[in-house]
Amino acid sequence: MRLDLILRVGAKLVLPFILLFALYVQFHGDYGPGGGFQAGVIAAGMVILYAIIFGIRAAKQIAPPSIVEFMVPLGVLIYCGTGIVSLLLGYNYLDFTGFHPDFLRAHEWGILIVELGVLVTVSSTMIAMFYAFAQRGRR
Amino acid sequence: MTPLATPLAPAAGHVAAAVEKVEPNVEAFIMMVVLTLLAAITIAIVKQRNMFGVVILSGIYSFLMASLMMVLDAVDVAMTEASVGAGISTVLLLATLHLTGSMEYPQHRSIAIPLFVSLAVGAILVWGTIGLPEFGIADAPMHQHVAPTYIEYSKNHQMPPNMVTAVLADFRSFDTFGEVTVVFTAGIGVLLLLQGGWRATSNNRRDDDDDEDVEDAVHGNKEGSSKTAGGRNA
Repeated sequence: MRLDLILRVGAKLVLPFILLFALYVQFHGDYGPGGGFQAGVIAAGMVILYAIIFGIRAAKQIAPPSIVEFMVPLGVLIYCGTGIVSLLLGYNYLDFTGFHPDFLRAHEWGILIVELGVLVTVSSTMIAMFYAFAQRGRR
Repeated sequence: MTPLATPLAPAAGHVAAAVEKVEPNVEAFIMMVVLTLLAAITIAIVKQRNMFGVVILSGIYSFLMASLMMVLDAVDVAMTEASVGAGISTVLLLATLHLTGSMEYPQHRSIAIPLFVSLAVGAILVWGTIGLPEFGIADAPMHQHVAPTYIEYSKNHQMPPNMVTAVLADFRSFDTFGEVTVVFTAGIGVLLLLQGGWRATSNNRRDDDDDEDVEDAVHGNKEGSSKTAGGRNA
């Protein structure tokens, strides 16, 4: 059953770079194309590729379902919490001006944190949906 | 290239001038090719009876749509379309086919009513485009409202250089918050639909574990199959 050797070795070579690309898309989203949503989908794609090639049980060891299901609401809370912090700093909800004395820096920080929330929710939702589909055996 | 430069550089200059002259049309040509391929793939999807083929064709359709978005300079949309449309949804549809089987049952119903509905909806949509402003012009009403402010902020280095990110995450942060909530709600809904059933009954759970063991045996994952039912519940 080891006929897919090339697939396994090739995937192992590619997988870290997919994750790296997801992080690049996430943190370079201010300057280049992309952002939290795209980065989340790419990161989830890495886990799904791993699951397709090495089996769902191996994938659950690198992305345990309990953590994944915890991350689904966590991203929304990060987003929502950013807005509440900006309220406490005396600005409007989700107005990031108070995060840093410099206007541009403040908004870059705000965007980064908010996109992190998007990344967390999107990636975990995609992985959780894939797990939910893949766990159901053929009836 | 200026008209003066062409006589000075005889052979290479002519080629370069020809290329530059053609260049504005290259974009339109690529779009025509991609749109033709999209139409061909749509027809192929309609004709195809094997669901596996349909899923792969729709993945190709999404990838062509991503190329089209690239030609239209909408790089963020292209990235989303390539990753979600061609990537995740193809995988999820394949996972669904694993559950349902991949052959479509032949249907002998009349196609008259569906054909009429599709043509009517298509006609209404085409009729709707007549009222739109000309494609790509700068002084369309939607470019006059708030867009100039966004562009000014990015140009004056008050916002990150990628205007799309600035608009999505900052100017329209509420909208994006809504979108995240939509993703969250949809994910929770799918998880409830797919997982709620078999967690409630113990019979189904045993079936699922058996299937997973078979899958692990196929994948040669000895470590996984040695832990049987206890592994997943932990």
